[in-house]
Amino acid sequence: MDTLAHQIPSAAGMAEVAPPGKAVLDHLHEWVVTVDHKKLGLMYIIYAIFFLLVGGVEAMMIRFQLAVPNNHLVSPQAFNQLFTMHGTTMIFLAAMPFIFGFANYLVPLMIGARDMAFPRLNAFGFWLTAFGGLLLYFSLIGGEGMAGAGSAPDVGWFAYSPLTSKAFSKGHSTDYWTLGVLVGGFGSIATAINILTTIICLRCPGMTLMKMPLLAWLYLVVGGMVLFAVSPLTAAQIMLLLDRFLGAHFFDTQAGGSAVLWMHFFWIFGHPEVYILVIPAFAFASEIIPVFSRKAIFGYPVMVGATVAIGFVSVSVWAHHMFAVGMSSASNTFFAISTMLVGVPTGMKIFNWIGTMWGGKIRFATPMLFSIGFLCQFLIAGLTGIMLAATPFDWQLTDSYFVIAHFHYVIVGAIVFMIFAAIYYWFPKASGRMLDETLGKWHFWMFLIGFHLTFDTMHIPGILGMPRRIYTYAADRGWGTLNMICTVGAVFQAAGLLVFVLNIVRSLRKGQPAGNDPWDAWTLEWATPSPPPEYNFAEIPMVRSRRPLWDLKHPTDPDWKYE
Amino acid sequence: MIRIWLTMLLLAQQCVYGGAQTDPSSVTSVFAPESTPAHSILHLVHFVFVITGSIFVVVFGLLVYAVVRFRRRADDDGKEPAQVYGSNPVEMAWTVVPLLIVVVLTLTTARIIQDIQDAPKPAGALDVQVVGHQFWWEIRYPKYAIVTANEMHVPVSLAHNRTPTFLDLRSADVTHSFWVPRLAGKTELVPNKINTMWIEPQRTGLFLGQCAKYCAASAPAVAAGRRVFERTSCINCHALNGTAGNGRFGPDLTHLMSRDTLASGVVKNTAENLRAWIKTPDRFKPGVLMPAMNLNDQELDQLVAYLVTLK
Repeated sequence: MDTLAHQIPSAAGMAEVAPPGKAVLDHLHEWVVTVDHKKLGLMYIIYAIFFLLVGGVEAMMIRFQLAVPNNHLVSPQAFNQLFTMHGTTMIFLAAMPFIFGFANYLVPLMIGARDMAFPRLNAFGFWLTAFGGLLLYFSLIGGEGMAGAGSAPDVGWFAYSPLTSKAFSKGHSTDYWTLGVLVGGFGSIATAINILTTIICLRCPGMTLMKMPLLAWLYLVVGGMVLFAVSPLTAAQIMLLLDRFLGAHFFDTQAGGSAVLWMHFFWIFGHPEVYILVIPAFAFASEIIPVFSRKAIFGYPVMVGATVAIGFVSVSVWAHHMFAVGMSSASNTFFAISTMLVGVPTGMKIFNWIGTMWGGKIRFATPMLFSIGFLCQFLIAGLTGIMLAATPFDWQLTDSYFVIAHFHYVIVGAIVFMIFAAIYYWFPKASGRMLDETLGKWHFWMFLIGFHLTFDTMHIPGILGMPRRIYTYAADRGWGTLNMICTVGAVFQAAGLLVFVLNIVRSLRKGQPAGNDPWDAWTLEWATPSPPPEYNFAEIPMVRSRRPLWDLKHPTDPDWKYE
Repeated sequence: MIRIWLTMLLLAQQCVYGGAQTDPSSVTSVFAPESTPAHSILHLVHFVFVITGSIFVVVFGLLVYAVVRFRRRADDDGKEPAQVYGSNPVEMAWTVVPLLIVVVLTLTTARIIQDIQDAPKPAGALDVQVVGHQFWWEIRYPKYAIVTANEMHVPVSLAHNRTPTFLDLRSADVTHSFWVPRLAGKTELVPNKINTMWIEPQRTGLFLGQCAKYCAASAPAVAAGRRVFERTSCINCHALNGTAGNGRFGPDLTHLMSRDTLASGVVKNTAENLRAWIKTPDRFKPGVLMPAMNLNDQELDQLVAYLVTLK
């Protein structure tokens, strides 16, 4: 505790200021060659925000095309490129960089370390991810291929065989998808290795595994899952390249290969992938909700156990994406059971968050608003997931707009909402300034209204038989009004996003100074200046409980007496 | 938010059961089953929905209560509330109850999976083979040696004399997906794989379906084009296997695209010529008995998109 007190400098809020006269090129150079986890974390997050906006533009074009029946805003070929790029961008160039960015920034700070275990590997991972994305987007202008916008991938974000074989995809669209994602995949593996090693080896003295912040535990599980999940995807992509260029026939059905094999490989990546994306959202919730309820997280050991359980069970559910493919009733039943089972530890976490709020004194600052939205929406998303786990129901609704509504409910309603919460919560630490609360509330309400207009409504066209990925539809199907409502909602979401970006830009220059600990929180990152110096801690702290700063602030009532 | 949900549900109901301005036969709602598998699925859906709906009401209620009851008041004394770190009995309860719910749900699901997937084939069943192509359906009736396209005719099944239709699903190229929501769930047509499914319509009618994998081409136009064909006077003069057209005045249009020329050698059989022909046949063959059809541009496009699939 003594050590910790020294961490709070007398000149509180002393931000790291560049020496006078430092040229722009010097600044740029510093960022390009950095191996500092904080800078790399911010670079990941800025990259992710940029591609969130690009993916958002793709979404808007999809929504405008579908807003009315028999529309011809974009050609069918361009539409195929739009939904493929939208999905691929959002998953690989927005969501994954967000979660790795936060891991990079927060994990060393929260466990009392000076950096990640392998700083250079860290930088390598970032640049691989970044260049993978650039390669994917180079497809818009590179190569030959279909008419219109270059060879942008148009085979769906899951690139099913045999549509991706040379016979059916003659241009290079599939190759851009394969190589862009493959390169980024190696970056993901590098970051996962770093996260695992850092958490296992670099915790400060006193911080046993059961005393580290829940965020660290959850990222430990995520790291393991990334290693497990990305490998089969990379393997499948290499096999696809062998098929397309070296005469192999893994997935080439015209020569006896198997389309279903690709699906197994892809979804054994694809399902754990969505848990890889959502568990960090759980991690943010587990840090933010306690602080704004003024209570410790309810049931820490159970939260740890539930997450580990999710990690293991989630690798056994993948074929619920393949219920309509023609597997045997035994296989279908197995995957229905495993899918429903994984809902149990997931549901428990929701109860524990409510338990955290119970008996508390809730402050409705912007991070908490987004967290409450997350709780409601994740509940609904989980329940529609249970509905889809009932295989015969899935036979009706897979590949329809019901499924699109379900997974956007998870990805936008849960993950993106918590990413917003996390940015509002930790932006003061990273920049030394608060984001504007008023703009934050505008962002929240506009995005919330837009989200519900779009994705609540979207379940219904699915129930009415609207398949996914179609570029238009006839007027007498009963889908027109519903699609229009979805599009209007998208406009609200876009507006909310613009307010958000405006908030960041303005607050970076004119935001209220934050100080070390603007939220009166309890984990180690709030013991450093905002922003922290490159070395994080002058002396490595020593901790005695899960909330070291609570112990400091309440010396007569410290956590370690009760944990 | 609840009000929005209710309005949505009502909107859905209207579309499902009334169809404000839509032809009921074209509204393909999962909630309007007309065949045994679709009925089984709907029963399961109702059951699952009651359970998930109840879970939602309880948990959402607790959440709303917590947010309202435990908000910081304006007159707050600034002291931290009592720190509660957990509770074993509570954790036990909300582990065991969900597990029990999962057991019930999985048993029910397993039964319906079996009912549908492992249903025995009655003696009176009709066998139909469906081959998916980019971008049309080939329909074969092996027993009758008939091959048609895009439209399937199956018998109505009666309770005392069941005549369901068992489908053998294959693909000639990429993966397709056969989905007629009111008759059954979807099953994919995967190349190099033979899938089976069955339907059992209990009343006559026209049931719309659509491939649930995406088409890089104008699939909706094809379906619309066929409707244009059937609802205008085309069917009065032209026969076309698989549609209501059975007129004998004009040439049979089955396998139209297998012909090199149109109008008995007048012009090459291309989409542009076909379109121009339908618009003003007289221009190509003065004195021809086929009248100008007076279709608007959109109908013409759709009709041609349909006709070019008749290989």
